[in-house]
Amino acid sequence: MSDVAANTPIQPRGGSLLTVDPGTRRRNAAEKRFRIYGMVAIGLAIAALIALLVSILGNGASAFRQTYLSMPVTIPADVVDPKGNRDIEEMKKVTTIAYGRLLSASLAQELADNGINPEGMTDKDVNNMISGEAAAQLRNRVLADPELIGQTVEVNVLTNGRIDGYYKGRVTMESAARDANTSPAQLQLADTLKEKGVLVTRFNRDFITNPDASEKRPEAAGLGVAIIGSLYMMLVVLVLALPIGVAASIYLEEFAPKNRLTDIIEVNISNLAAVPSIVFGILGLAIFINFAGLPQSAPIVGGLVLTLMTLPTIIISTRAALKAVPPSIRDAALGVGASKMQSVFHHVLPLAMPGILTGTIIGLAQALGETAPLLLIGMVAFVREYPSAPPDGLFEPASALPVQVYNWTQRADPAFMERASGAIIVLLVFLLMMNMLAIFLRRKFERRW
Amino acid sequence: MPVFWIVMIVLALAAVGFVLGRQRAIAAAGGDSRRLHSRPLYYGWNVALFTAVPAFVALMVWLFVQPVLIDRAINKYIPDEAISESSARSLMMSDVRKVAEGMDRMVSRGVMTEAELERLEASNNDIRAKMGQVGVALMSNVDATVLNAAREYRGLVGFGSKALAAVAIGLALAGFVFALLRTDADFRARNVTESVIKGILILCSSIAIATTAGIVLSMLFETGNFFRQYSWTEFFFGTTWSPNFHGNSRLGMLPLLWGTLYISFIALLVAVPIGLFAAVYMSEYATKRVRSIVKPAIEVLAGIPTIVYGLFALITVGPMLRDYFAQPMGLGTSGSSVMTAGLVMGIMLIPFVSSLSDDIINAVPQSLRDGSLGLGATPSETVKQVVLPAALPGIVGAVLLAASRAIGETMIVVLGAGAAARMSMNPFEAMTTITVKIVSQLTGDTDFAAPETLVAFALGLTLFVITLGLNIFALYIVRKYREQYE
Repeated sequence: MSDVAANTPIQPRGGSLLTVDPGTRRRNAAEKRFRIYGMVAIGLAIAALIALLVSILGNGASAFRQTYLSMPVTIPADVVDPKGNRDIEEMKKVTTIAYGRLLSASLAQELADNGINPEGMTDKDVNNMISGEAAAQLRNRVLADPELIGQTVEVNVLTNGRIDGYYKGRVTMESAARDANTSPAQLQLADTLKEKGVLVTRFNRDFITNPDASEKRPEAAGLGVAIIGSLYMMLVVLVLALPIGVAASIYLEEFAPKNRLTDIIEVNISNLAAVPSIVFGILGLAIFINFAGLPQSAPIVGGLVLTLMTLPTIIISTRAALKAVPPSIRDAALGVGASKMQSVFHHVLPLAMPGILTGTIIGLAQALGETAPLLLIGMVAFVREYPSAPPDGLFEPASALPVQVYNWTQRADPAFMERASGAIIVLLVFLLMMNMLAIFLRRKFERRW
Repeated sequence: MPVFWIVMIVLALAAVGFVLGRQRAIAAAGGDSRRLHSRPLYYGWNVALFTAVPAFVALMVWLFVQPVLIDRAINKYIPDEAISESSARSLMMSDVRKVAEGMDRMVSRGVMTEAELERLEASNNDIRAKMGQVGVALMSNVDATVLNAAREYRGLVGFGSKALAAVAIGLALAGFVFALLRTDADFRARNVTESVIKGILILCSSIAIATTAGIVLSMLFETGNFFRQYSWTEFFFGTTWSPNFHGNSRLGMLPLLWGTLYISFIALLVAVPIGLFAAVYMSEYATKRVRSIVKPAIEVLAGIPTIVYGLFALITVGPMLRDYFAQPMGLGTSGSSVMTAGLVMGIMLIPFVSSLSDDIINAVPQSLRDGSLGLGATPSETVKQVVLPAALPGIVGAVLLAASRAIGETMIVVLGAGAAARMSMNPFEAMTTITVKIVSQLTGDTDFAAPETLVAFALGLTLFVITLGLNIFALYIVRKYREQYE
């Protein structure tokens, strides 16, 4: 005890707890900054999502509207059915050129009826307003319904892709002056027809049902073949991947002894889940097409490749569903005298079914969006005919929704970009429906043990 | 007869066997099924399985082995002298197959009868035209060797399919009779049936191994073919990529590897901070309501197919970056660039990193957080100094898995990064990756045996090894440095 200690007043370190010292202020500021970083990160992620969806919807929504010439078309019997006997095989010999002439004549008639005189435009210019595909569409319609012969029917004639682009903002008067496929005079004529109500822009249901069209006719391109191809592949995946995946999971979860072989199988499955999808495409090309000789671009090959890709997903989710069933169920079954396999198949599996179904639907949704492996098995080809019904249809060339999107992005015409975005909207709608179904099933059949 | 009918016949036999087996078992017990060892339906299943399983196994094996054996046999009919310089054995073999198929079609469509086909001579020049009529396109006129070999091929295939039918149905019948004869009251049908079913389950599980083996073998085989035609040092260490379909192409992998790593690096630069901060915020700060909105939103990002991201890069991000960043700064004029692909790939990886990190951060026990907060640390200091170091191995593992995903990604780079193979530091230039080149080399229309096409397999093998290595490394790090909490 010294006087020094008693005489020097004790300096309190810092102020009272109620005044914030610089150190604490720095720490509080750092805390606030950290929170802001977190919120900014989440904001960026959600902004990216919104930008993605807005961009796709903005580009693709216009694909669902198409410009048509709504006018009466006479179908004289002598042109369409020269032999006069309504024989379909004979009528098929009349080519689309003849039908094209019918459409041109009807257009000229319509112009005359409405008092429009296209000065400075040749007949070819005027007729060019009609899409090259419209004649084939009319021919198909007449062949399907010969009652139309000799009558005058209201037909929605597909217009040229450039005119469609004009009403969607892709084509302007300046660009039309430089364009080989259209001209400003044609666009003005289109405007006049629109005022008279002959040219209409309406909902394009054909986008979903038409097959793909050639490079020069983006207005006629549709998703029909792609949707059927994707459907076939999903069928193949469902029929193959679900039983094999469930069987493998049951073995791994219930019966497998804890030895080296089981370890190897489990390591393999988790590795396969992480392999890039293009490697599966290489596998499909090397084994299914080169070695086994299956036809290229066929839904069966695509389905087999997608099965191999979906198998790890289904196995992992099925194992989780099986694990969630409480052991008391298994023990009770064994207690009343069931064998191990009977307890699994009669008691555990039905209870795990909702989880298995949910996992399968999610796996199918992932498989629907896969593109890279399908490109390698030859689906870049241009497929124009619908594949026939299964099982033959599984071996004919087809396309798939994501592959069709890729094919369209590789074409030069900007109208195809709009089609590609529209196709993505259709794809996203399918995925949304499947995910909603999975969530609904999960909510409805979820059991809390 | 076609495979479909063989399958149907075997299935029908199995169904009949089921019914008969069941009846025989009940009859053997004198009408009282309680005297049987197992329930009657197991006796039925016993007969059905013994009928169907050997037949189907034989069918599978035969279908795999038959093409190999037939090809080997036909090879004897094509002596080396018959192969001209401009062609190859594999091309002649495919010609033989096409001619044989053309013959089949001609007979089935009635263009020619079997007898006429026997008498067909190679000097008959309109064979090629006739083949064209039935839809078979041939490169050149059909010469005597090919015609002969095609005849033999047809004969062998016909014999093979008849033999297959005989073997499959014979096995089915043998199994049928064997199982039926074994059926009596004391036969342990349920045990036998369950063993067979267990065997089927094991078979299904081994498909995973078969897939991995298939991937590795198919790529190794073709890569071996490739390295026989092109030196492997030039492939792995060459810095020029310029395939030339007239031969003499330079196929160095390094520009592609550089593009892959550069794009993945930018993608991780975007995804890891955003994903990690989002995960930290959601697990430490967010209220239940915010979490219930944000988590599903980020899951939606995960469920979007990569082609959508690719189109987004092509249509929106590419032109935006070019118009607002690259051109004003004079760094590049292309809409497809490393920056475009990297940015969009980063957006795609955000949910991946975020959900993995979320799981790992939640696994850190609450007691560590409570201790830190109790000592007076702010929540951010707790996260920075306690939680993240505890979760670090898991987060590193997550980052490595995300990197592996980025390296293997195809569609975003195909649409967003362009096809120019160069090694440059400018992120606004178009650079290509391994995956893009695999797609472009395999979807062009070149001869399959040329090195330009086979290089895709070598690239695929490299990619597979890299991603597998990253995955294994990630697992190893997580396992080695993981903290064990009670």
